[in-house]
Amino acid sequence: MTTTAGEADVVVRPRASGKRDGEGKGVATTAHIALILWSLLVILPLVWTLLSSFKSTQEILGNPLSLPSKLRFGNYANAWTTAGIGQYFLNTVIVVGSALVLVMVLGAMCAYVLARFQFFGNRVIYYSMLGGLTFPVFLAIVPLFFVLKNFGLLNTLPGLIITYVAFALPFTVFFLHSFFKALPGEVYEAAQIDGAGEWRSFFSVMLPMARPGMASVAIFNFLGLWNQFLLPVALNTNSNNYVLSQGMASFASQAGYAVDFGALFAAVVITVAPVLVVYIFFQRQLQVSVTAGGVK
Amino acid sequence: MTATHDVAPGAGPKRSGTRRRRPLTFDRVSFMVVFLGLPLAIFVIFVISPFVQALYYSLTDWSGFSSGMNFVGFDNYVKLFHDDIFLRAVRNNVELAIVVPLVTIVLSLTLATLVTVGGSGTGTVRGLRNSGFYRIVSFFPYVIPAIVIGLIWAQVFTPGSGILDAVLSKIGLSGFANYAWLGDARTAMPASMFVMIWGGVGFYMVLFIAAIRGIDPEVFEAARIDGAGRFRTAIFLTIPLIRDNVQTAYIYLGIAALDAFVYMQALNPGGGPQNTTLVMPQQLFTTAFTKGQFGYSTAMGVILAAVTMLFALLVFLVNRLTGGSDRKVKVRR
Repeated sequence: MTTTAGEADVVVRPRASGKRDGEGKGVATTAHIALILWSLLVILPLVWTLLSSFKSTQEILGNPLSLPSKLRFGNYANAWTTAGIGQYFLNTVIVVGSALVLVMVLGAMCAYVLARFQFFGNRVIYYSMLGGLTFPVFLAIVPLFFVLKNFGLLNTLPGLIITYVAFALPFTVFFLHSFFKALPGEVYEAAQIDGAGEWRSFFSVMLPMARPGMASVAIFNFLGLWNQFLLPVALNTNSNNYVLSQGMASFASQAGYAVDFGALFAAVVITVAPVLVVYIFFQRQLQVSVTAGGVK
Repeated sequence: MTATHDVAPGAGPKRSGTRRRRPLTFDRVSFMVVFLGLPLAIFVIFVISPFVQALYYSLTDWSGFSSGMNFVGFDNYVKLFHDDIFLRAVRNNVELAIVVPLVTIVLSLTLATLVTVGGSGTGTVRGLRNSGFYRIVSFFPYVIPAIVIGLIWAQVFTPGSGILDAVLSKIGLSGFANYAWLGDARTAMPASMFVMIWGGVGFYMVLFIAAIRGIDPEVFEAARIDGAGRFRTAIFLTIPLIRDNVQTAYIYLGIAALDAFVYMQALNPGGGPQNTTLVMPQQLFTTAFTKGQFGYSTAMGVILAAVTMLFALLVFLVNRLTGGSDRKVKVRR
């Protein structure tokens, strides 16, 4: 196989042929080594975290490289209840879940109108959404604090949800805009002729057709909202309403004094494991979605 | 189906005349109000209005909870340019925005190239065998919240109980036995940069793999037949063909590096030894919510926004000046 290919090369360019064979194998081996090294660099800290989550604090401080002497599941119980990770987890599920559903519905509706209806101000709205995408949230954070305060939404979950929705909206609209634009107009016309109103045309006809786009944005938004840190830290200072990311940060800074390192590592595992497991099952879909979302 | 055909002629002329100006039924009015009005109201109240307010507050001496606020013009900005700690933060951010995108892109491009064209064999250009595994693993960090990435690495770097010092002394580098990577002014910043790069490489690797797979394989064939080695192919063929993706990646990474808040909060909440890892957003956050100097902190926000815009503009400009957009046209399918 390689020899024939080598001979083919000889015909085209005699000088390069000799070393080609060896080079091909060598490059593949080098590539594997480089990629394995990188994979180890990614996996090892995670494995170490997992192992440490079963150790006692003495074991962790004493010898970081040792294996846990026994599997201490108590760390997980401590993290879940004593450190409040269970409550934070619940808050995160509520906040991220509601915000995700809301932003998908509102974003799809807005993108649909902007993409398929011509009216005065259409372009202005679209470009101001794009603008909202480019400015750093930090510029808005202080006034935002007072906007929420004036609405009585500061330190509440609904306040956090609506802020999440507002800041995830531009990307959602931007992404779905092109999707709705590309849908065939005939289907909409047919729905109208069949007597469907605007609402019905959207929910029964146009929205289902945009499903692939919706799935991509939903995944992208989910990861973004799950990852959100600044908004909760600034706008949600009541520790009963903490979401996971901010709960983790506060737990870690307390752990510096109170030192339940086993529970800290367990909390990290609790935070990371669900998404990581889902990712391993749906990795292809996720990578496709993220690529589609990221290239835009 | 036939029914639609019967109705179509009657509906036709009405539509073609004034296409969008249809009678205002309840259905249509409620539709526009809810579909456009509701999202827009949320967007204007929670995104646009804070941005606009920020511009105004940055020109006042507002301390927040007191109702009094004086218009002080550009005093805040003048003060910022004499504020050594803030200037230090700006410098750190600029360092981050130069190093992190550069290293992340070089690393992820290299890994993406290895995956897509690193396969053995001399015939067709082949991807590496079993490369799916590397792709899956490299992407892990993307699904881990940044704060948790920061916390994991903060533990790895901790002297005594961290794994890094333990490994280093195990392989004989006993000088690092109790080295505080994040506590020493010399290494705090590089270590933080490393964490950000660790978190970013997998994502951009996946993006670049997708981009490289989008290139017509015949182009690689042609280059091979002409005798170009793999390295030359990567530098002179792959990168020019996906330079738009690289530009996008550079802008995203740069913006992330100008933020860096989450990572730095996790690694060194206090700004690091001698403020070596302090970034603008951290300083803004403390100034606003700990010190209560809201006017002054919004001025920092304006500077941050300006630096971000400037950065994006610079990347566009460099890409354009080095012959950006005209090359891709030829080979895109």
